[in-house]
Amino acid sequence: MNRKQKNMLIRILISLALVILLKVVRIDESLQFYLWLVPYFMIGYDVLWKAIRNIFRGRIFDENFLMSIATVGAIFLKEYTEAAGVMLFYQVGELFQSYAVGKSRRSISQLMDIRPDYANIEKNGEIVRVDPQILNVGDIIIVKPGEKIPVDGVVTEGTSMIDTSALTGESVPRGCKQGTDVISGCVNISGVIKVRVGKMFTESTVSKILDLVENASSKKAKAEDFITKFARYYTPCVVLGALLLAVLPPLFFDGQWLEWLQRALIFLVISCPCALVISIPLSFFGGIGGASKCGILVKGGNYLEALSKTDIIVFDKTGTLTEGTFEVTKICPKNVSKEKLLQIAALAESYSGHPISRSLKNAYKKEIDKNLVKDVREVPGKGINAVIEGKTVLVGNNKLMEDFGINCEGGIKTSGTVVHVAFDNIYTGYIIISDKVKPGTREVIDGLKKSGVRKTVMLTGDVKASGEYTASLLGIDEVYSELLPEDKVSRVEELLAQKLPDRNLVFVGDGVNDAPVLSRADIGIAMGAMGSDAAIEAADIVLMDDSIGKISTAIKISRKTLRIVRQNIFIALFVKAVCLLLGALGLVGMWAAVFADVGVAVIAILNSFRALRTENLTKERS
Amino acid sequence: MIKSYNMIDLDCANCAREMEEAIGKIDGVKNVSINFLMQKITLEADESIFDNVMKKAVKACRRVEPDCRIEYK
Repeated sequence: MNRKQKNMLIRILISLALVILLKVVRIDESLQFYLWLVPYFMIGYDVLWKAIRNIFRGRIFDENFLMSIATVGAIFLKEYTEAAGVMLFYQVGELFQSYAVGKSRRSISQLMDIRPDYANIEKNGEIVRVDPQILNVGDIIIVKPGEKIPVDGVVTEGTSMIDTSALTGESVPRGCKQGTDVISGCVNISGVIKVRVGKMFTESTVSKILDLVENASSKKAKAEDFITKFARYYTPCVVLGALLLAVLPPLFFDGQWLEWLQRALIFLVISCPCALVISIPLSFFGGIGGASKCGILVKGGNYLEALSKTDIIVFDKTGTLTEGTFEVTKICPKNVSKEKLLQIAALAESYSGHPISRSLKNAYKKEIDKNLVKDVREVPGKGINAVIEGKTVLVGNNKLMEDFGINCEGGIKTSGTVVHVAFDNIYTGYIIISDKVKPGTREVIDGLKKSGVRKTVMLTGDVKASGEYTASLLGIDEVYSELLPEDKVSRVEELLAQKLPDRNLVFVGDGVNDAPVLSRADIGIAMGAMGSDAAIEAADIVLMDDSIGKISTAIKISRKTLRIVRQNIFIALFVKAVCLLLGALGLVGMWAAVFADVGVAVIAILNSFRALRTENLTKERS
Repeated sequence: MIKSYNMIDLDCANCAREMEEAIGKIDGVKNVSINFLMQKITLEADESIFDNVMKKAVKACRRVEPDCRIEYK
């Protein structure tokens, strides 16, 4: 609580004590008026003052004015308890509201507590702290354990573990040593490291992220626009209603002027649209904040809203569904041991720099004695022909085997590349090398479908067979293979035409060369964006690491946020409508009106706090 | 030119909305958004008239909520 709020709390407590005292102690009728004025002014002087001031500024019908009219009216009707009590209730509500807003503001800025305050540089043999903004590219900075890395750069000295959780939501620390790129905003945990500045502070990841999150609320969601427009008409309408209520029944239906005036006052108090105006952006802000805590950056409330209505998800294959690195995934020997098969293949491929031979060497792990291999001959587009241990060895695709008249296994179902091996003209089996599918991808895709995504599509430049196999492995509905990068845009356009009305198409890519597709889709999601400017620029939603589970987390967060938004709109409109109705019928008094104003605002704010809480939505993450 | 300023004692969300509306009507304002939660105003106007526009914006805010200040100069 700040000082202003504390002062208010003291005023509330004293006035409350006075009100109770006046209720309990018997006082002479003639003194009542004067004595009740004490707590009334005590609690309400600022409201009255603001009301008067605003009238002179030509601003009638603000909250203060309405409260003043209502309570002064009550005093004239000799309803002293009601006058002081309603004012007290109003102030309690306002205090609670300002406290709640402050708290949510703080918890959001805590989430974004990644801004480094200083950087250490060495000057004349001494370490001095400087503002990170003055660092230039190429400067050497020192980051001690427990400190935030202030700018993006490369480690030049030292080894350490780095906590990236503030950016990625991932709690497992990463190791770093000389030559490792480090990202600003991460925390250095264990050792002292020296870092060569790679980017100016304003160009560094941390500045970009902060900018992005702070500006996110300027892109308003439809629900927000609706409420803003609604508020513009709501207040004048209710005020007009109050006027009619005060005038019509006494004029035409023989009503009591005083009674209908009182009912009109209730209308005036309910006419404030604050609960609506505050709770909707607060919910979106909470959702965006909660998402960034999980390493999901959403560039605006509109995207969060759109994401909740996802109809089609289009995935890029390499780097999104798969790791983007090639690995030996299967070894199928015939009449030899697995190790032997792998050894032969690795030896034969030892002179090649092709990704396939590299992955074979990686899988073999042991030192390769190149002296064992002789007469290596590369057969373009087919494989390798070499001599090992005095025997002819063939390593390559089925065409190579056919050329040498060797029967090899056919019809192998795989998403990868098949490498056949023959030793001394006898078939010894095959090895499959593929781009490994990220663990848990199938579960994520199943989960997405269960949660209402109608269609999943995969785009890939791979050959048809391998693309279709990967898709079937992952449970993806449609696959478009053998695509050139420029084909992807036209495919996405075709898919955009197929989506259901008022639903959205999401494209997920790694942000490297799919910027045009990212911007063409309704929502572009870039994965593994940590340190990649292009991805952060092009996408609407940025996942800081490349875990595919974050997509379903993001959708869950968006749905939860939208649920909260709808609840808030409903609660506020419903309570206000009921209070207006009952107030017009004379069934509820000023108390209910104040509740419909500040009480509802507080409920809506508390409800929007829930949008910030996202821990339970990330549990299924792979 | 787009610039952001902090706002102090912006206590009411509806006031922020009204300010936004009032500032939007000022001549020369291309875009304005008031972020109640960040307590921030972002205003876009041509550089040559920016100061002038900003002064009018400050005045407009004061008319809506006299207690609220914009950290401008």
